[in-house]
Amino acid sequence: MRDAADSTTPSSAASRAGTVASARRSRLAAFLDSDLLHSFLRSRLVVLAALVSLLIVGAAVLAPLIAPHDPYDLKSLSLLDANTPPAWEKGGDPNYLLGTDDQGRDILSTILFGTRSSLAIGFCSVLLASALGLSLGLWAGYVGGRVDTIIMRFADVQLTFPAILTALLIDGVALAILRHHTVEGGKFSILVLAIGLSFWVQYARTVRGVTLVERNKEYVEAARLIGIGPLKIMFQHILPNVLGPVLVIATINLALAIITEATLSFLGVGLPPTEPSLGTMIQVGNKYLFSGSWWMVAFPGFTLALLALAVNLLGDWLRDALNPKLR
Amino acid sequence: MTSRSLLKAAAALLVLALAGSTADARAVKWARSGDALTLDPHAQNEGPTHNLLHLIYEPLVLRDRTGKLLPTLAISWQATEDPTVWEFKLRQGVKFHDGSAFNADDVTFSLERALQTNSDMKGLLTFIDKVSKVDDYTVHIKTKGPNPLVPNYLTNLFMMSKAWSQANNTVTVQDYKEKKDNFAVRNANGTGPYVLVSREQDVRTQLRRNEGYWGRGEFPLGVSEITYLTIKSDATRIAALLSGEVDFVQDVPVQDIDRLEKTPGLKVNFGPENRTIFLGLDVASPELKSSNVKGKNPFADKRVRQALNVAIDREAIKRVVMRGQSIPAGVVAPPFVNGYTKELDRLPKVDLQEAKALLQQAGFADGFQVTLNCPNDRYVNDEGICQAVTAMLAKIGVKVTLVAQPKGPHFTLIQKHPPETDFYLLGWGVPTYDSHYIFSFLYHTRSGSEGGWNGTRYSNPALDKQIESLAAEIDVAKRNAAIADIWKALSEETIYLALHHQQLAYAMKSELDIPVSPENHVHMKFIAAK
Repeated sequence: MRDAADSTTPSSAASRAGTVASARRSRLAAFLDSDLLHSFLRSRLVVLAALVSLLIVGAAVLAPLIAPHDPYDLKSLSLLDANTPPAWEKGGDPNYLLGTDDQGRDILSTILFGTRSSLAIGFCSVLLASALGLSLGLWAGYVGGRVDTIIMRFADVQLTFPAILTALLIDGVALAILRHHTVEGGKFSILVLAIGLSFWVQYARTVRGVTLVERNKEYVEAARLIGIGPLKIMFQHILPNVLGPVLVIATINLALAIITEATLSFLGVGLPPTEPSLGTMIQVGNKYLFSGSWWMVAFPGFTLALLALAVNLLGDWLRDALNPKLR
Repeated sequence: MTSRSLLKAAAALLVLALAGSTADARAVKWARSGDALTLDPHAQNEGPTHNLLHLIYEPLVLRDRTGKLLPTLAISWQATEDPTVWEFKLRQGVKFHDGSAFNADDVTFSLERALQTNSDMKGLLTFIDKVSKVDDYTVHIKTKGPNPLVPNYLTNLFMMSKAWSQANNTVTVQDYKEKKDNFAVRNANGTGPYVLVSREQDVRTQLRRNEGYWGRGEFPLGVSEITYLTIKSDATRIAALLSGEVDFVQDVPVQDIDRLEKTPGLKVNFGPENRTIFLGLDVASPELKSSNVKGKNPFADKRVRQALNVAIDREAIKRVVMRGQSIPAGVVAPPFVNGYTKELDRLPKVDLQEAKALLQQAGFADGFQVTLNCPNDRYVNDEGICQAVTAMLAKIGVKVTLVAQPKGPHFTLIQKHPPETDFYLLGWGVPTYDSHYIFSFLYHTRSGSEGGWNGTRYSNPALDKQIESLAAEIDVAKRNAAIADIWKALSEETIYLALHHQQLAYAMKSELDIPVSPENHVHMKFIAAK
């Protein structure tokens, strides 16, 4: 956010001359006075989306503290509690506010824990994808030539496959390799890897494009003339100028990554059924659609839709706010 | 036109309309959760595979819904004066779908094919010494010792055309475990009531009635076309039935039975299946691949197996996961089987304290980790059962990681040699209605033709001998005593943890009436369509 403010406010350049403390104060002042904040506060929808996202993320992070039950603790599950409807329905149990699933897990707690897994996988895979995409894009754009051709053709090929297909492929291969190793959290890393590796192309293409423009500018030439190494030029000089678009892609991709994780889990190759994420919950609930146990699929489905919508709205706003042409 | 002639015309129209919708033109769309694994008749000894194959191919002898043996490609059978030689008289005038005639050469060829190394049916035929043709419509089966049950072992043994197999290079059985392929996997040429039109594995198989079928006048054969669909998702399968897109669902999820029974125009038939669902444990490896315990195998200790056995609450699984559609079991033999007793089937009493005490005695007071392999498209609520077991075992400190996958890869884990699973769910049906079939496939040391589905690595040479001698025991009283002895010894070993005998529900449009068969094989030729 601060980098974004930096690049959009002319006053930040002047403030670099001052002391560190005053620089910090004026940066804060600059942020409060920035177009970004204004455009944020102007749109009620975006504020609402931000609040919803914050609420969901907060609840997910605090899940172990606020959830009434621990759905991942198999010891505490009892089959006899299974299929309980929400508390306000006939046969409901106030102990299980939103009811229980087919194994006796409390739906509310499972949603909290499941969102936690979904968000964690989403964040980590976006980090992986953006780190990979950034590095490869910078490298391809700055070095050019054969390196550029190889990286970008590879990206083009991958772009012809839908991301979900790539993710399924990586997931399947990783599972086959790791079949006999039950590493703690192994499934988590596999999912992060699968989703991360299927989303890097967009970053790489954007970053390469910006880098191609930037590498011919005077400041890069100046840096090269005084003998600064290419790595340093790439990451210290060019990188700050490409962070804006990357931030936008990352926000939009976060929603996409969460949905991809849910899709993989829905297809049965995501998180194991004993540690359900939102997608796994929807998959399980789907089986009970016709038998009247609507709460098993409705609540996690609603949560996922809400989360994806809120994050997407934020991403859209960020894209518009950071794009000078739209201002 | 008078009103009377109008009435007549209307009546005539009605008759025409009724005639148009008679049995003769009924197409049935039939949905199951999983497909046949292969069309090669001898490559897999598996229920749904045989279910589809029974439409296309035929055995010498068929077991009908009531358990009676029905002459099919053989019209009579009996032991000759030499009790080790059985004579089968074959039906004349039977034609394969390609038009060639069926005779004794095809029978000797098919039986010999089913005895090959790759064949999954060889375990049923261990008693055979030699098959020989006497004349075109008589075959002699020479057994290694006297065997009173020869026809019982042949009810799922399909007859192929020798000439067709040779012409298409499918004399050798498909090696399913190694994912090999041959012509017979995708193509079929049987004598059965339906002809294969097209097939897309795991999607749809299209069949049409064999108008030249030998039993055309003998059986109702009301269904003229069959579209056999694989719809894995429970909800989608039931939605297809509710919307009228399919006519018959063979695997009905227990949670939807209520709803289907209340829907007008639909009907649900119930019945017990000749099948027991159980958990298998690797009892012999020096170390479990998926466990955190290194250097020893917890399951090798009988006390651990007993601990697991008393930690599983079968009644709760019946009530919640199966919604009443199961009979909790203490033995891996369903009640249909010769050798089954109520005594053997007594349920272990659920006792978590005892389970923990047993684990402690065995040196696993803190429990251990293990992976449970589970199919998710084969048995009624299979994955739900595994999840419930996972939670129950967690209560005594055994941390189970659940891996649920479709039956194809799941079964390969068990059938590979050595098996690639430490702990798995399996169901076993018994087409011979006799305990020997269970002993031979599930308990005999895996070697040659025996122990094909014994994924536990359990090996007891003394027991193997007993099992083998059963095959040659002709005195029924002695044989039954031997079976009882074997069960007694086995029930103390706790190699498998029996869960329940499966109950079945079929759902269909009311115009069809397809009864549940204990083998869960739907023989469409017996079905008249209204």
